[in-house]
Amino acid sequence: MTTLEKVRRRAESEAKSHGYYLNPDRDFLKSLLEGIKQNEDRYGYPSCPCRLASGKFEFDKDIICPCDYREPDLEEYGHCYCALYVGKGVFEGKTTIASIPERRPLEKQTKTFTVSSEAIAEKQPEATTMATERPSGTKMKMWYCKQCGYVCFREEPPLVCPICKAKREMFARIAISTNIHG
Amino acid sequence: MRPQPLGKKRKMRTMMVPGENNRHKVLVYAISTCAWCKRAKKFLKDNNIEFEYVDVDLCANEDREKIRDNILNRGGSLSYPTIIVDNRILITGFQEDKIKEALEI
Repeated sequence: MTTLEKVRRRAESEAKSHGYYLNPDRDFLKSLLEGIKQNEDRYGYPSCPCRLASGKFEFDKDIICPCDYREPDLEEYGHCYCALYVGKGVFEGKTTIASIPERRPLEKQTKTFTVSSEAIAEKQPEATTMATERPSGTKMKMWYCKQCGYVCFREEPPLVCPICKAKREMFARIAISTNIHG
Repeated sequence: MRPQPLGKKRKMRTMMVPGENNRHKVLVYAISTCAWCKRAKKFLKDNNIEFEYVDVDLCANEDREKIRDNILNRGGSLSYPTIIVDNRILITGFQEDKIKEALEI
């Protein structure tokens, strides 16, 4: 179980490191943070409070807060989908917050429903499997911390980020492709 | 008055929020953790509108799929809250103006 204070502090440092702000409406902010806390408690990772999660870590990765859609939404609307993170305009009251369209692909949203039934059937969160299973011959991968940018090269991401103490769920894979011209 | 689940015969657990204004049939698909959904529910309550709601994340899977199909068949998007007025008008997201217009308030 995480605490509301932890969720708040994490969001604050995440906003600061990216030059964003948290929603200036105190009640709305509290409601959002409580939603994230509840998701972290029930799913094991802080998925977006305003989206339907499947309960499968791998599938929900793109909607783990801060979600993959935050940057383009901030750029276009001045705040993210749930409005936890806002830009300067909203923070200073120059831009108003409104319900914005969902940027997550419809295919992913539709599939959430199927994946969630699988998740219930398995009754084992993927995050746990990930932490215990270490099959031999796994290839080394590049990982980066979505919160502070720390990069490491290993089979699995660290349990806790050594720099900012973010949880394993905050790590994402980096895919490298090389293109050599002769 | 706390919302009460409707009759036992109904499969889907719909919560009914009573209100003086019951001119329109209002159904809200919501997510229990969603701040926008909470705003929408509060707005309806504050305006004394009678409505039903379903928290999709707390639903049984078969109900979730029914909800998904119901929203998509009406041309909506899987975004919450989704508000359906009189089985006719679908409003995606908490859009106060559109809700007011649909409910004539």
